[in-house]
Amino acid sequence: MLFGFPLISLVIWLPILIGILVFATGGDNNARLAKWVALIGSIMGLLVAIPLYMQFDPTMVGMQFVEYHTWIESFNIHYHLGIDGISMPLILLNCFITPLVVIAGWQVINNRVSQYMGAFLVMSGIVNGVFSSLDAILFYVFWEASLIPMFLIIGVWGGPNRVYAAIKFFLYTLMGSLLMLVAFIYLYNVSGGSFSILDYHKLSLPLTPQILIFIAFLIAFAVKVPMWPVHTWLPDAHVEAPTGGSVVLAAILLKLGGYGFLRYSLPIVPDASEYLSGMMIGLSLIAVVYIGLIALVQADMKKLIAYSSVSHMGFVTLGFFLFSSYGIEGAMVQMISHGFISGAMFLCVGVMYDRLHSRQISDYGGVANKMPVFAAFFMLFAMANAGLPGTSGFVGEFMVIMAAIETNFWYAFCAATTLIFGAAYTLWMYKRVIFGAVANAKVETLNDVSYREIFILTILAVAVLWIGLYPLPLTEVMHATVDDLLAHLSRSKL
Amino acid sequence: MNFLLPNLVPAYPEIFLLIMVCVALLAELLVGDKLPYISYLLSQIALFGCAFITFFTFSPEVVYTFSGMFVDDTLADILKMIVYITVSIFLVYSHKYVAMRDMFSGEFFSLVLFATLGMMVMISANHFLTLYLGLELLSLSLYAMVALRRDSVVATEAAMKFFILGALASGFLLYGMSLVYGATGGALDITRVAEMIQGGVDNPKVLVVGLVFIIAGISFKLSVAPFHMWVPDVYHGAPTAVVLFIGSAPKIAAFGFIMRLLVEGMGGMAADWQEMLIIIAVLSMLVGNFAAIAQTNIKRMLAYSTISHMGFMLLGIISADSNGYSSAMFYMIVYVVITLGTFGMIMLLSRKEYEVEKIDDFKGLNKRSPWYAFITLLFMLSLAGIPPTVGFYAKLSVLQAVMGVGYIWLAIIAVLFSLVGAFYYLRIVKLMYFDEPESDAAIAPAGDVGLLISTNGMAVLILGIFPQTLMTLCFYALH
Repeated sequence: MLFGFPLISLVIWLPILIGILVFATGGDNNARLAKWVALIGSIMGLLVAIPLYMQFDPTMVGMQFVEYHTWIESFNIHYHLGIDGISMPLILLNCFITPLVVIAGWQVINNRVSQYMGAFLVMSGIVNGVFSSLDAILFYVFWEASLIPMFLIIGVWGGPNRVYAAIKFFLYTLMGSLLMLVAFIYLYNVSGGSFSILDYHKLSLPLTPQILIFIAFLIAFAVKVPMWPVHTWLPDAHVEAPTGGSVVLAAILLKLGGYGFLRYSLPIVPDASEYLSGMMIGLSLIAVVYIGLIALVQADMKKLIAYSSVSHMGFVTLGFFLFSSYGIEGAMVQMISHGFISGAMFLCVGVMYDRLHSRQISDYGGVANKMPVFAAFFMLFAMANAGLPGTSGFVGEFMVIMAAIETNFWYAFCAATTLIFGAAYTLWMYKRVIFGAVANAKVETLNDVSYREIFILTILAVAVLWIGLYPLPLTEVMHATVDDLLAHLSRSKL
Repeated sequence: MNFLLPNLVPAYPEIFLLIMVCVALLAELLVGDKLPYISYLLSQIALFGCAFITFFTFSPEVVYTFSGMFVDDTLADILKMIVYITVSIFLVYSHKYVAMRDMFSGEFFSLVLFATLGMMVMISANHFLTLYLGLELLSLSLYAMVALRRDSVVATEAAMKFFILGALASGFLLYGMSLVYGATGGALDITRVAEMIQGGVDNPKVLVVGLVFIIAGISFKLSVAPFHMWVPDVYHGAPTAVVLFIGSAPKIAAFGFIMRLLVEGMGGMAADWQEMLIIIAVLSMLVGNFAAIAQTNIKRMLAYSTISHMGFMLLGIISADSNGYSSAMFYMIVYVVITLGTFGMIMLLSRKEYEVEKIDDFKGLNKRSPWYAFITLLFMLSLAGIPPTVGFYAKLSVLQAVMGVGYIWLAIIAVLFSLVGAFYYLRIVKLMYFDEPESDAAIAPAGDVGLLISTNGMAVLILGIFPQTLMTLCFYALH
């Protein structure tokens, strides 16, 4: 701890305040200024998050960097922040992705630049708030608030069908979160007037309420993850969102759902989680296998990656409900690694889209001839997406499959098919887009990636390889927390 | 015969306001030609004076006067203060608008003040007759205000509808009161009615029938389903300034009315009116939210939105405990704050020759003025109950109250309907941010209007981040 300095508050509010400053730069006449302020702000956001990692005590169980102030007395709501081994890596991931998104939009966005950049910064702060809130209402406020910037990002800078996608995104998520709110109020009433999540962790509940609360949470988090069958908003949102929006959506916002399971569903209603784990594993495996097959037949690159995201996130939920240390840690690694890989994949599609304004696989072919450097980067990320050993995609999936084998061979068998399907859809797309002869005159005009794009892709490539080759720094910080969570799960709350 | 002068202190604000109305009318008559703004200024002074009196005669104890017909308690003082502020903000928002439409006359302002007086009497009533007196003073002023533009066909039609249905509702209410009067052995005084009901009456059936009529009357005034038919037509037909007035301060008075009549007077029959209100609340949220989706006229849409919000507010009353009442009051105040802003924005966008009526008039507002688009965004999110705006806490507190007494299914229905509601508020956001503007007329509001509406929008946000003060106020008013 840095002498009780409110580090987490800084990580939340600094990006939001700078985001407001970016809004204040006004119209597109000041676009340059807006971009620079946004870039500096996002880098500052990353810098202030680094002490969270440096000063984090991985051996300690429980919340660190805790801040606790009374906020709304009437309802006993507190401004209660704190992080543990589960939330810290996610906060770092978020702070890491934001500068990349700002740089990715540098030349592409020429319309209402300040609003675009500002929205990303504000969202970055809000998401940090979600990951560090220890009060249910504070969490809910950040959770819902994160919808607003994303709604505007998709709707203002998105593709032709953006309005439909934006409204679908908003209403789907809102539906889930409103039921979660009802569950929170129920917990408030039965816990004798507390909104503290840590109190909920200790609260004993009979099985029926546990199951109902689990379902309320499930709807909220399943929509966000997204799990089959409530995933249909995601391909729409991804396809219509601008590149930066897709990156943040895949890399960060989907993680909110996974985080929700770990912070809420599992510890608050452990018996219901255990009771319904069969259903959860079933839904996860359907996502892994069935959505993987759907990805295979996509003609639109962004849609393909979106479906592949759903399939990969299926691994995350699968890992959570195996109730083993490998499963949960594997799922966490998968979340972080998916953040890098899907972000990188969407950026790669964005690179091509910026040049040709098409996302259809059939419009491309032979891109490697014109963009060799880009093809190399894309190759790495495609391999990582397919789960090649040595990349981060492998580590998480491998750990989850290991955990699945211990539980039931057939779970592991179904989950492992993803290594085939994942390779099939990713590499087949790669082949059709990158290899072969130059398909048409438009591809002929392509220029290779600029230094700006190389910079972003290099950073992501390093991250993907680093987690793939040496995941210890990542698993180390979450180890104590996951063990504590498992110990907590093994005690019945009935 | 000895004649005792009643204690006038609790009624000072009412008396002051009445005098000021007469002064304003006379002033308009004598110097109105030279000083066209005299009525406006005198109205603002009157409201300020009332606030001053209410504030400085405030005492936490309950004072009855006029033989127990009139009461001055914390609830009354706080609700009155809110009414003054609301009416005053309304006057700022609307004075330009009414001036552009040749309604800027002494009558307009005196009607507003008379309606305000009616609300104050309702809020302070402790007797069926006083309640009715205040209600009629308010209603008659409103009918006249709707009809103020007599050359407009829609306005006249709206006024007719409003008047006929309103008179019918008043009849219901009176009939219900008379049944209660009969069943309780001649009690009209609210304190006395409460005592009689607590003690048990000979014929409880008559009492319940009376209650049904009273609920019907209240529902009409509160604009909840199935007594909501007048709302869309009046909102559509009446001049926007008048709609703003109907949609704001009288809601506070209606809350006071419910508190006096249902809670203080007939609190002993809570089990009966709870059931009736549950049906009304669910029906209102259903009708309001679904019908609003189909609207293309912004005023009609907001009319249906009012219906659904009043249904939601009723959930707090349904809880029938002090926690529930204060949450309902909080909801009502928040609703009034947002309504002021929303209609204020509609008037701000209207020009002399152009009336903002269609929801399409909000198209591309972000291009025309990012700041006012942002303010409207705050109002819409707040209506939809999305944090960090104050609308969320209004919903939270009401839901907490209703779940606290065990109606979990009611809370689930309410949140599902508010999901439906979110759709049509989002549609406005979509029009403002995603679409291209249809007109590029500059948005240049008068300084006071622009400043006040910005403050109003910021209040929605700041109250959303720090709602404690307002919650404490509502809690204090009811304990």
